Amino acid sequence: MSVIEVSHLRKVFGDNEVLHDISFSVNEGDVISIIGSSGSGKSTMLRCINYLEKPTSGQILFHGRDIASGDIRIPDYRAKVTMVFQSFNLFNNLTVLDNCTLGMRKVLGISRHQAEEAAVSHLATVGMDAYIKAKPRQLSGGQKQRVAIARALCMKPEVILFDEPTSALDPEMVGEVLNVMKLLASGGLTMIVVTHEMAFARDVSKRVIFMDKGVIEEDNTPDVIFNNPEKQRTREFLSRVLE
Amino acid sequence: MGFFDWIIKLLSEYWMLFLEGSGYTLAMAISGTIIGFLIGLIVAIIKTTPTDPSVNPIKRAVVRFVGWILTVYVEVIRGTPMMVQALIIHYSLFARIGIHPLLSAIIIISVNTGAYMAEIVRGGIISVDKGQFEGAEAIGLRHFQTMFSVVLPQAVRNIMPSIGNEFVVNIKDSSVLSVISITELMFMSKSAGGTYVQFVPAYVICAAIYFIMTFTVTRLLRLVEKRMDGSDSYVICGSQSDYHSMIKVKGGDDGCR
Repeated sequence: MSVIEVSHLRKVFGDNEVLHDISFSVNEGDVISIIGSSGSGKSTMLRCINYLEKPTSGQILFHGRDIASGDIRIPDYRAKVTMVFQSFNLFNNLTVLDNCTLGMRKVLGISRHQAEEAAVSHLATVGMDAYIKAKPRQLSGGQKQRVAIARALCMKPEVILFDEPTSALDPEMVGEVLNVMKLLASGGLTMIVVTHEMAFARDVSKRVIFMDKGVIEEDNTPDVIFNNPEKQRTREFLSRVLE
Repeated sequence: MGFFDWIIKLLSEYWMLFLEGSGYTLAMAISGTIIGFLIGLIVAIIKTTPTDPSVNPIKRAVVRFVGWILTVYVEVIRGTPMMVQALIIHYSLFARIGIHPLLSAIIIISVNTGAYMAEIVRGGIISVDKGQFEGAEAIGLRHFQTMFSVVLPQAVRNIMPSIGNEFVVNIKDSSVLSVISITELMFMSKSAGGTYVQFVPAYVICAAIYFIMTFTVTRLLRLVEKRMDGSDSYVICGSQSDYHSMIKVKGGDDGCR
């Protein structure tokens, strides 16, 4: 059974229908890249999966259960399907270590000591364990994003949603974040990545979804999408971004 | 006798009055600011509790109703002079049930400050980047956990200058509470000047004491702000270049593990 299934998802802001009838499923260990132009609804869809945006209609199923049904509490669901943001959203008032331990202590009920042990090991995974005492404002963009990834890992999530994780970074810092993401992908973590990094989508993901104007135009393997796309729109988009 | 001679004479004869008056003024200002801040914090937390359709309907109705009452409180208290509030509340209620005027004054100044603080704190909360809420919610924190661990510490830091303003205003404006027979600094200065009909020197002393109090308070709050900001530097634990060979410092006070 799929971990997450998005079924006939629609999202409307006022008169503007941002997502029309989106359906796809995510299996354990999948790394799915979502590509498409700005304004195509990629981020909104990801935010709906984390329930930061409430779907107008349609369902998000987590292990077959509708997350809106009340069977699972939204905060508990979010701890399992957590999110990494374009603008990092690290807690500015807390140190790197406390950023990582807060969720474990408050949501998972882990003791401070155990949470800190786990946080340091996840920070080591992203190469940020030397900075446990630093505050977010003292870090570079790439370092912040790596801490944000460690913070997500600390929740022991089943899925991590990445919302354009490298778009706010200087070009030279993009690599360090992508390397961490590649490491996680090879470790078998289920990931849904909204990205403009075509190389990552092509080389790391198992599936690529191309979105355009609020619908899924094409959902296929990276090989098909990049080498032999079925849709005209996919071809046009790729020729624009790959030059 | 010259102007400065009068100042020295009044100070040497009536220093006890000025001291006692300053004591009352500070007692009212300090407790009024602290309690008022706590009232403001509670009001602002309630007023920023989400009432979107995803919240259950009973909780939503309660939050909205309490919010409405709090709006009335803020508007009425902000919209009327504290002196008038003191006269009405003290003589119609507190004086009749035998509450000491100082306690009465502290309650009035706290309730008054609370109304202003509510809006200051609310401003602080909504000025915190929305991403801070989302970052917390996305890993499963609930609204109040997010508030207490992430948002309020940042909001309170940001409103420290406004809290300082309120504190200074309270030191000065508590003088109107002499209407309910509090022998605070302004009242005492008038008494001290009355004996020799030398009001101007007495009020100059009074002004100087007010200034010393307010200046001290603003400097102290600056120090508090600096403490809240923490150090600009931080310790790198172990080697920066190769984190796998990190040197672990156990039991050190630099916080490394």
